[in-house]
Amino acid sequence: MSKFTKKKSNELPPVNTASLPDIVFMLLFFFMVATVMRETNLLVEQNLPKADQVEKLKKDRSVFIFAGKPSDQYKEKYGNEGRVQIGDKYTDISKIGMALSEARGKLIPELQNKVVVALKVDDDTNTGLVTDIKEELRELNMVRIIYITTPGNQLD
Amino acid sequence: MARRSAPEVNAGSMADIAFLLLIFFLVTTTMEKDKGISRQLPPIQEVQEDILIKDKNLFIVLVNKNDDLLVEDEPMKLKDLRQAAIDFLDNGGAPSNSPENCNYCKGKKDPSSSDNPSKAIISVQNDRLTSYNMYIAVQNELVGAYNFLRNRESQRLYGWEFTYVKSQVDAGTYIGDKSKAEENLKEIQKLYPLKLSEATPKKTGN
Repeated sequence: MSKFTKKKSNELPPVNTASLPDIVFMLLFFFMVATVMRETNLLVEQNLPKADQVEKLKKDRSVFIFAGKPSDQYKEKYGNEGRVQIGDKYTDISKIGMALSEARGKLIPELQNKVVVALKVDDDTNTGLVTDIKEELRELNMVRIIYITTPGNQLD
Repeated sequence: MARRSAPEVNAGSMADIAFLLLIFFLVTTTMEKDKGISRQLPPIQEVQEDILIKDKNLFIVLVNKNDDLLVEDEPMKLKDLRQAAIDFLDNGGAPSNSPENCNYCKGKKDPSSSDNPSKAIISVQNDRLTSYNMYIAVQNELVGAYNFLRNRESQRLYGWEFTYVKSQVDAGTYIGDKSKAEENLKEIQKLYPLKLSEATPKKTGN
């Protein structure tokens, strides 16, 4: 008789976690597809200014120039003046040319003469620094530039 | 003989492994979201030619080191800059019998302001100590003025927004005849060519 009575346990059944890996894998694939590897280690502050009349950057044909004050951990060593970073290190403005042609060499050959210089400049920088960079770029004949901004409008 | 079923693989740690990978990718990657204002710098010319530009075809925007605006010798707030630039570009002051007449302009036709959008030049002069934030804000407003006029004309001629179609063509997601759209975009750009000049900033300014 006891064979047919249902076992009644008072314990709660454990939560089924069998689908947890699926959920996490879904998230994982989303991030793998939607993001790119971080290439450079930022040495300067980067609070980009806001703008809304923008165009998209074509990443395959661009080289980056970062500018701004040194980040907090480098302040003691490099001071508080605006500085230029290309690749992983600080660059002197007069030596931008060498660093940029090195960065340009990493692009696909077909796109190397369509190169766009992306300027990521902190909003607290003086325009003078940007002007110096632009003068150098003109001399290097890399005349297509794009000022990278964040979405928004400064009037708001 | 009773068939022995294969023991189930324990998948309990699968979630842990996937979490580990997920966190790795979260930390090492960035979202692709770079957008900005693109510009073409003028190439360096050996011989500087003097070009005569009529005073009325020049719209001068000065920004000083305290980020104050002086537009056509009048102090101005940033929020009024876009409308002022639109009024200037869209003025079309040339008389209707001259070859420079602008038949699509909807401005005031003021003879003391610009003749034609293709003649009108906006000149921005910064101080070296102007903040980059202000610089971009001014550029954004001026590009906004051009985009407003280009959108208006493309809406009138082709029934679509210039900026929207341009972003689609650039991204390669435009549905329909792409070469025709590019041609139309060029046509609109010819009506309102982007003529922004930047003078080399002065060393100091008070």
